[in-house]
Amino acid sequence: MTESRVLPTNYVTKPEDLKTSSGRTLRTDEMIINMGPQHPSTHGVLRLEIVVDGEIIVDVIPHIGYLHRCFEKHAEHMTNYQQVIPYVDRMDYVSSMNNDLGYALAVERMLKIEVPERVEYIRVIMAELQRIASHLIAVGTFGIDSGAFTPFLYAFRDREFILDLFEMTCGARLLYNYVWVGGVSHDLPPTFIDKAKEFCKYFKPRLVDFNNLLTFNEIFVKRNAKVGVLPREVAINYACSGPMLRASGVDWDLRRDDPYSVYHKLEWDVVVGKGEVGTAGDCWDRHIVRMREMEQSVRIIEQALDAIPEGNVQAAIPKRIRPDHSEVYVRTETPRGELGFYVVSDGTASPYRVKARAPAFVNLSVLPEISRGAMLADLVLIVGSVDIVLGEVDR
Amino acid sequence: MSPQEIHDNLKAKFGDAILEAKLDALQPWIRVDDHRIKEICLFLHDEPTFQFDYLMCLSGIDYNNGTLGAVYHLSSMSHKHKIVLKATCPKDNPRIQSVSSVWGTANWHEREAYDMYGIVFDEHPDLRRILCPDDYPGFPLRKDFKVPEFYNGMKVPY
Amino acid sequence: MNPTLESLIITVLLSALPLVFILVYALVTLYLEMKVAAHIQDRVAYMRTGWHGVLQPFADILKLLQKEDTIPAAADRFLFILAPYIVFVGTYAAFAIIPFTDAYIGSNIHLGVFFLIGVSSLVVIGILMGGWASNNKWSIFGAIRSAAQMISYEIPTALAVLIVVMITGSLNLQEITKFQDGGIQNWILFGGPLPLLTKLLLLPFTLLTFLILFTASLAEVNRTPFDLPEAESELVQGFNTEYSGMRFAMFYLAEYANMFVVSAVAVALFLGGWSSPFGEFMSGPVWGAFWLIGKAMVFIFLQIWIRWTLPRLRVDQLMYTSWKVLMPFLFVCLFAVGLILVLTV
Repeated sequence: MTESRVLPTNYVTKPEDLKTSSGRTLRTDEMIINMGPQHPSTHGVLRLEIVVDGEIIVDVIPHIGYLHRCFEKHAEHMTNYQQVIPYVDRMDYVSSMNNDLGYALAVERMLKIEVPERVEYIRVIMAELQRIASHLIAVGTFGIDSGAFTPFLYAFRDREFILDLFEMTCGARLLYNYVWVGGVSHDLPPTFIDKAKEFCKYFKPRLVDFNNLLTFNEIFVKRNAKVGVLPREVAINYACSGPMLRASGVDWDLRRDDPYSVYHKLEWDVVVGKGEVGTAGDCWDRHIVRMREMEQSVRIIEQALDAIPEGNVQAAIPKRIRPDHSEVYVRTETPRGELGFYVVSDGTASPYRVKARAPAFVNLSVLPEISRGAMLADLVLIVGSVDIVLGEVDR
Repeated sequence: MSPQEIHDNLKAKFGDAILEAKLDALQPWIRVDDHRIKEICLFLHDEPTFQFDYLMCLSGIDYNNGTLGAVYHLSSMSHKHKIVLKATCPKDNPRIQSVSSVWGTANWHEREAYDMYGIVFDEHPDLRRILCPDDYPGFPLRKDFKVPEFYNGMKVPY
Repeated sequence: MNPTLESLIITVLLSALPLVFILVYALVTLYLEMKVAAHIQDRVAYMRTGWHGVLQPFADILKLLQKEDTIPAAADRFLFILAPYIVFVGTYAAFAIIPFTDAYIGSNIHLGVFFLIGVSSLVVIGILMGGWASNNKWSIFGAIRSAAQMISYEIPTALAVLIVVMITGSLNLQEITKFQDGGIQNWILFGGPLPLLTKLLLLPFTLLTFLILFTASLAEVNRTPFDLPEAESELVQGFNTEYSGMRFAMFYLAEYANMFVVSAVAVALFLGGWSSPFGEFMSGPVWGAFWLIGKAMVFIFLQIWIRWTLPRLRVDQLMYTSWKVLMPFLFVCLFAVGLILVLTV
């Protein structure tokens, strides 16, 4: 019977021979366990090589690159700066509007284009709606990671309204190709403003519902308080951004501190984590920062809907984009953090170098630091609270 | 602090390690010696008047004239000023000093620059490929890169 | 016919009766779980297979039956194949002591609930076997967690049962149910058929004990919030990872049967079993089965409801709950009930 079985032949005989990918040798009571690329809760294809001592994690080595499509090389071969926008959409496929906005702002800064005010307001409305949609996915999947399956479906039910709004405007539900260099591709349809106001009115009590169901649930709080604590200094040193940084108590939001578009004309608060149920910078703080940011986004959208002026949205779109030799780095605040585009041009119509500094890539690099000493069950929550999207991590 | 003041301060302290500067560009940059960049960055990080505690981005770039480079975008959260540093190295022996001991985030950024361009960062704790497979031949983002015909015995279709 | 052969056949038929019941009940509960989950999550589940999806459980079973039977190459074949059956046997054996009506109980032994507590440990062995034999690190994690969890929560279960046994004086579930016969005021949940003073004194303790028994039984069945061993988000499927097709169906069936066992035992201990809450009205042998199954289904509905509402506890929090929260409360209840019974009865 043993002849028909295929047994592995690469057994390791000495403990010194057992090494992790980063070259660390194991002690005899440690074990390498692989949370492989296909796993229900790693939010995509991410491989985590975990060195565990029983249930306590000693080290985590993330392996990325399973979704690497090398969009930066593609961008260099495009014949037009506008053609890069669909590629940029597909980086962080959950918050496409924000990606488009970041890239369009970078190229506009390089070309020194001023866009009409209507375009600015439309961009802000779309970006904030996209922020709500992305945070809904983040908190929904975070609920699934901790075992509560219902909040995920509530989040998706509410997200359908936002996707309907997007579909009404530009025809697509997930990857829009909407914000172009110099303007937007389609103007708002006539019923958009009323429907968006309806959505804002519908959504505010839903957030209260969601908080009661998940956020303030005793079991959820116990699971997340004091887990995966990211101290302030580590967060700044590792260049974390977005909700991860704000949850650690750092009052930094690019919309206010490095302003772009019309955010300076609108009134809203920056949500900072204070460690209400545990330590500042734990998983619960990151969760509550995302929940409260959604409330602030609704505020911004309502103000922008009231203040939006008339105008031609296609007026400033240049016929030919041919910047001179220059380079620029522009950063915007996406739901995941600071998305930076470093665009270098050499005087021709195609970009010379487009580097996307993805927030999820940088936020993920701090994972080994914050998960030492946690338990295996906590690691899933920590990865969920970092809120990665592999399209952005790998580009 | 304005870029001119930053440049003058650096020039005063490090002298000939500061090679070139273009302060009238859209985003002013300073080119530094690629073997002394770590102490320059440490100075910029620790000195209270600068306090560049946030490394926004570290990109590799191929200048298409036989040199590769790394571009560092620094910013300060307290003083709210930014500066761009550049370091270049020849393509046949690309070595730049690593700054991963100054900012922890440089670890993965430098791994990506190594993966895409082949720039070897000295004193980096764990320089491996990060995005491409570990046995991938070549460095994809270089301008003279040709997609290999066969990878591990499989024909690459496009 | 030979009388021993005749009695043997009758015994076999009678003991197969719960098996038939389990199969029918599993289909119903599958459907119930789907639909309840869907309505809690603000959606409708299957609507196309039959009217409102009533044929869907049959489709699920058919799918599981025709799946390929894979065994990992490096797995321990004998244990791998044996594990689901041991788990099912451990659960099915508990049906022997559940009194379905006053005329039918699988085996009217004096041991009753004590037998149940002993036999449910077979489930632990089966799970450990399944996890170990899969030759998969995640399965082993799930199996060990599950074993730790089930062993820890057997103690609160046993203590809660002990409290009821103190009040009724018998381990046999049929006797306990007869003790509570006569109407809703006689249920042990409300103090039992004892004088008014004793009843009022016992009331808070029996309520508390019932709540603790229900919580501990959730943990015995590996349901959320205690479903860490099969936490899909972490361990893929825990000890179930390598199982597919009919073996997986066996584990699933065992889980549902276990749900019924713990619900039925809780009902028989505290809520009067097959006795009607109205006293004489709607009572009798057939009505008895209706009441028992009906009350058990209420608790199964409750278990499903809780599963889809609450998040899951972590392993050390689970252990903490059992050893440092449930047990001290139960010891207090035990002491108090004993004191009350000695002083007043």
